[in-house]
Amino acid sequence: METKSKIEPLAQPLKEKILNEINEQVMKCYQCGKCAAGCPLSGEMDYTPNQILRLLQIGEPTCDDEVLRSYGIWLCLTCDTCHSRCPQEVDFPHIMDFLRSEAIKRKKVHPKAKEIIAFHRSFLESIEKTGRLSEVGLIASYKLKTFNLLQDVDLAPKMFAKGKLEIFPHRIKGRQAIARIFEKAMKEAHND
Amino acid sequence: MTKIGYFPGCSLNGTAKEYDLSLKAIARFADVELVELNDWNCCGATAAHSLNSTLAVALPARNLAIAERMGFDEILVPCAACYSRLAQALYEIKSDEKYRTKIPQLIEMEIKGTANPITVLDFINKYVLDKIKDKLTNKLNAKFACYYGCLLTRPEHLSTIERREDPLVMEQIVKLAGGIAIDWAFKVECCGAGLSVVRTDIVGKLCAKIVDDASSRGADAIVVACPMCHSNLDMRRSEINKNLSTDNKIPAIYITQLLGLALGIEPNKLGFDKHFVPADNFIQKLQKQTVEV
Amino acid sequence: MARIGVFVCHCGENISSTVDCAKVAEIASNYPGVVYSIDYKYMCSDPGQNLIKEAIQKHKLTGVVVAACSPRMHEPTFRKATAEAGLNPYLCEMANLREHCSWVHYREDTTTEKAAELVRVLVEKVKHNEELYPIKVPITKTALVIGGGIGGIQAALDIANSGHKVIMVEKNPSIGGKMAQLSETFPTLDCSQCILTPRMVEVAQHPNITLYTYAEIESVDGFIGNFKVTIRQKAKSVDHKACTGCGLCIEKCPIKKIPDEFNAGLGNRAAIYVPFPQAVPNKPVIDRNNCTYFLKGKCGLCKKVCPADAIHYEQEDELIKVDVGAIVAATGFDIKHSDFFPEYGYGKYPDVIDGLQFERLASASGPTLGVLKRPSDGKEPESIVFIACAGSRDPAKGIPYCSKICCMYTAKHAMLFKHKNHHGKATVFYMDIRAGGKMYDEFVRRAIEEDDVNYIRGRVSRIYEKNGKLIVCGVDTLLNSRPVEIEADMVVLATAAIANSDSEELAQKLHISYDPYHFFSEAHPKLRPVETNTAGIMLAGACQAPKDIPDTVSQASGTAAKVVALFSQDELTREPLIAYVNNNTCVGCFLCQSVCPYLAIEKEEIRRRDGTLVKTVAKINPGLCQGCGTCVALCRSKSIDIHGYTNRQIYAEVSALFNRREYAGV
Repeated sequence: METKSKIEPLAQPLKEKILNEINEQVMKCYQCGKCAAGCPLSGEMDYTPNQILRLLQIGEPTCDDEVLRSYGIWLCLTCDTCHSRCPQEVDFPHIMDFLRSEAIKRKKVHPKAKEIIAFHRSFLESIEKTGRLSEVGLIASYKLKTFNLLQDVDLAPKMFAKGKLEIFPHRIKGRQAIARIFEKAMKEAHND
Repeated sequence: MTKIGYFPGCSLNGTAKEYDLSLKAIARFADVELVELNDWNCCGATAAHSLNSTLAVALPARNLAIAERMGFDEILVPCAACYSRLAQALYEIKSDEKYRTKIPQLIEMEIKGTANPITVLDFINKYVLDKIKDKLTNKLNAKFACYYGCLLTRPEHLSTIERREDPLVMEQIVKLAGGIAIDWAFKVECCGAGLSVVRTDIVGKLCAKIVDDASSRGADAIVVACPMCHSNLDMRRSEINKNLSTDNKIPAIYITQLLGLALGIEPNKLGFDKHFVPADNFIQKLQKQTVEV
Repeated sequence: MARIGVFVCHCGENISSTVDCAKVAEIASNYPGVVYSIDYKYMCSDPGQNLIKEAIQKHKLTGVVVAACSPRMHEPTFRKATAEAGLNPYLCEMANLREHCSWVHYREDTTTEKAAELVRVLVEKVKHNEELYPIKVPITKTALVIGGGIGGIQAALDIANSGHKVIMVEKNPSIGGKMAQLSETFPTLDCSQCILTPRMVEVAQHPNITLYTYAEIESVDGFIGNFKVTIRQKAKSVDHKACTGCGLCIEKCPIKKIPDEFNAGLGNRAAIYVPFPQAVPNKPVIDRNNCTYFLKGKCGLCKKVCPADAIHYEQEDELIKVDVGAIVAATGFDIKHSDFFPEYGYGKYPDVIDGLQFERLASASGPTLGVLKRPSDGKEPESIVFIACAGSRDPAKGIPYCSKICCMYTAKHAMLFKHKNHHGKATVFYMDIRAGGKMYDEFVRRAIEEDDVNYIRGRVSRIYEKNGKLIVCGVDTLLNSRPVEIEADMVVLATAAIANSDSEELAQKLHISYDPYHFFSEAHPKLRPVETNTAGIMLAGACQAPKDIPDTVSQASGTAAKVVALFSQDELTREPLIAYVNNNTCVGCFLCQSVCPYLAIEKEEIRRRDGTLVKTVAKINPGLCQGCGTCVALCRSKSIDIHGYTNRQIYAEVSALFNRREYAGV
C-alpha cells in the first residue's frame, strides 16, 4: 500500500505545537537579539530568549529537549520588555508560559528550577486552601518544600512588627468554589 | 459620592497595608467610595500563569464576575500585577471563544465582560485630581523619581499609558502635587518582581540599578504604584545595598502616600511607619501642615 | 457565420495543475460557432503562436479566443500573431484562465467547469468584435522632470543632450537634493558636492533645460505624448532676474534662528535665504512662514538694503501651463528622525542623531565646518555608536523593508569618524551587512580591518543618558548573545528611508500607482523597472524604492533612454479602444461632457447641406479619450459605445453566462 513506501513521519516539533495551541510563530524570529539586549535577566540565563527561539526554530527533538530542560525559561519574569520591543512582534512571554507548563508535563524541569516551581506551587496551594494568598502559609510551605529553612528569617519578625504579616490566613467564603476551579483547571491541564 | 468597585488584592491586606491606607485616605478627600468586591479571591499572580494557563484566567475572572454582579463597570485594582492579571483575563474572555464558553463553567458564574479593571494612575487622573487640586495644602518641596516598572506599561494591549518607554503620567501627578519630577533612566525597568523570595540575589541586582540611578540623579524618593515594586525596593534594601556597596537610604513611597502628604495628611495615617527604609528625612524636608482626617 | 478558434494554454503547470485544459478545449469545441479548439502547453511560445496562425488560415477563422493568462501579459503577443495570419488583431480576445481561475481555486471539477465558462463568455463576445485600426497621435517632444536631485539631474541632462527640451521642477529653492547634503560618498570616499555641483551648474546653463525651482506640480492632464501640466511657481518674493546674489539681504535679515533644513536642523538660517553656498540658482527666497514682514507687516529690512531693488513682497504664486510628451518622477525620499524611536529616547537626547545629520556634521560645508562636534555641547566625541536597521526591517514599526543604503553609509560614517579621530572608538550594531555592489564589501571590510571599526552583531534594545554619556544597551549574538553596554558620546541611527510625505498626493495627480509605503510602483519589477503603469510617466531614483547614488544614476539614464525612444517617433499609435457617438440618436444633453474625467468630449454641429443647423451632438476627441466608459454608463439615449467593449459585446458575455444549460431548467 501507499503508506509503506513512505518514510516514518517525524515527531511533532514544539514549534508546531506552539503555533497550534497558542498561535505564536517562532519562525518569525530573525535573531536580531534585541530581546536579549533588553531582557533584565539574559545575563543570568543559560539560553537567552533569542537562543531559545533559535533552538525551537531548528525543531529537532534534541533542541526541543534542550529548551524544556533550560533554566532560562524559569527565570523569565514576564516583564514583557522583549515582546514590547521585538521588531517581529514575537510574544515571547506567552511562549515562555507555554514552555514552562510543557516542561512540567513532560517532566523535563531543570534541577535549579525546582525551587521556583516549589514557590509557585506553594503560592497556588495557599490560594487553593483559603482563596487568598497567606504570606505566612506561603513561606512555611515553600520552606518545607525546599528545605531553605534559614532564608529570609530576618525579614519575618520585622514584617510582623510593622503589621505586614498576618499569622492567621484570611479564608474567603467561596473557598469551595475556588477549590472546584482548581480541580477543573488541573484536570484540563492533565488531559491536554 | 461616587462609588466604584475595589479589588485590593492580597498584598494590600499584607505587605502593602500602607498602600491601602493611603489610597483610602485620598479617596475620602476625592469623595469616592471604594467598595471592596464581596469575597474576592487572589488573582493567581505569576504562579498561575507560569503553571496553568486556565487557572490564570479563571481566578481573576471570578473577581470580574463578582464585580459585574455588584453592578460595577469599573474596578480599581491598585496592585499593578493584579491589574495585569484581571485585565488579561478580561482580554482573553473577550477575544478568545474558547475562554468565553469555558470560564463560566469553571467559575460557576455568568461573565459578560462589562466590569473593567483600572489602574491606580487612571483612578487618580479620572476621579481624584480634579477633586483635590484645591485642597493641596502641603507643598512637596522635593525631587521624585517616578517608577512604573513593567506591568503598568506592558504589555501594550493592557496598558493605558502613553509613551510607554518614557511615560510621564505619574510625573504630571507629582508636578500637580507641587513636587519636582526628575528625568531618569530606569522608570520602566523590571524590579525582579516574582523572584523576590526564590532568587533574592537577582532582585537585589536589578533593584540596585534602579535605586542607584534614582539617587545619583538627586531624587529624594522613588514613587511607585505597585506593591511588588515597593516591597522589592523597600524590604529588599539590604540585598540591594550589598550590590551597591553603600548604605542607600532613598525611600520608596506610593503615589497615594505622596498625594496624601500633599493633602496634609499625617504621615502615620498614610502608613509611613510601615516602611523598612524610613521616609523620615524626606518627610522632614517637606513643610509640615497636617490636618485631621 | 462566425468561425471561432479556441486555444487553451496550460501555462506550464500554472493553469493545468488545477484546470483540465484538454477538457476545456473539448467542451469549447461544442460551443456554437466554434470550428476549431485545441490545448497546448505554452501557447505564447513560437510553436504555440504558429498553432494559432495555421488554424486561422486553415479553418478560415473569423475570431480567436486564447484562454491563457492575463491580457496585460500576452494580449499584444496573440494579437500580433493574429495579424500575421491576416486577421484583424482586434478579432482576437483572451480568456484569463490563470489569474481568474487556476491560481485562485483548488483542483476540482468545478474549477475546470469555470474555466470552460470563461471561454464561453469570450466566444460569445468575439462573435461581435469588429475590425479596428490603431489611432495615431502626435507627440510633444518636451519632457517634464519632477525633482532636482541627482536622479532628476541625470535624467534631465541625458534627455537634453539628446536634443530634446526638458522642463525641470524642484520644490526647494535649489536643486541638488539629498546628494548635495552628503559629505563623502561610498565606496570611494569622494566629496559628494565636488562631483555633484558641476552637474547642477550644467542643468542651469543647458540651452535645452528650463528650470523652475521653488515650484510644485499643481495638476497633470492628458496622456502619453500629450500631457498638459500646470506648475505652481511659489512666490520667491525675490526677482531672480534683477537679483545679483550679493547676499546683503541675508546678512541684514533679523530673523536668523530658523532651523536649517539643508543642515538637517543642526544649523540656523535666516528668513531670506539661499539653502547652501553652491545652490543653483544661487539667489535667495523669502520663507514667508517665518518672515516678520509677512507675519506682522513690519520690518522690510531686506528690501531697504537690496542694491538691485529685487525684493518684491507683493509677488504672488504663479500658475504656469506647459505641454509635455513624457514625465519623469524623480522626487527622491525622506528618512525617519530620531523621535520615531521610543526605546532610543523619543528624540529627547540631542546627541542621538540620524544619518543625514551625521553627514552635515562631517561635511566641510556643514554647521561645524566638518569638525565632528556633538549637538548637545559642541564637544568632539571620542566614542560613537552607529546603529544600523534603525526602523528598517522592523514590521512592528511598520517598515518591513530593507532601506538598502544604510549598511554602506554606516560603514562610511564609522570610517569618516575614525579618519577624523584616529583614537576614537567606533562601534556598529548590525543585523546583517548587505554590501552587494561593486567594491562595496571591500569597503566594509576596510572599515573593519584598516580602520578598526568594531562591528557587533545584534540589535540595540535601548539608549539612555547617564552623566553626559549615552548608554547603549545591545547584545553580541556572536558571543553567546551576551548583553553589552557601551558608553557613547554620540549615537548615529541609520534610520529607515521612507517615501516623501507628499508622495501619495503627487502619485494621485500623476495617476500612477504606489506601494503600501507610498513609494511609486514600477510597471514590472524586473522587466519594466523605470516605467510606471501610466504610459509616458517614468521613474528615476529613490521615489520608487530606497536607492544609492549609482543605482539612481543608472535608473535615471535608463529612464532618459525610454523618454528619448518615445521622442524618436513623430507619432504615437494608440489602442483604438475608445468611445464613439452615434450622431443619429444623440440628443445633445452633454451629460457625458460634464462627467468625462479626461475632458475628451467636444460639441459637434450637424448641418444640412445648405448650412442650416440640425442639432449639436457630442463628439469624442480620440487623442484624449482613455476608453474609461463613464460616458457610456451615463448616456440617456444610449448613443455612446466603446470600441472593443460595445454594449452588444458586454450583453453577449452576460447572457452567455445566464443562458447556461444548467440554469435553463431551474
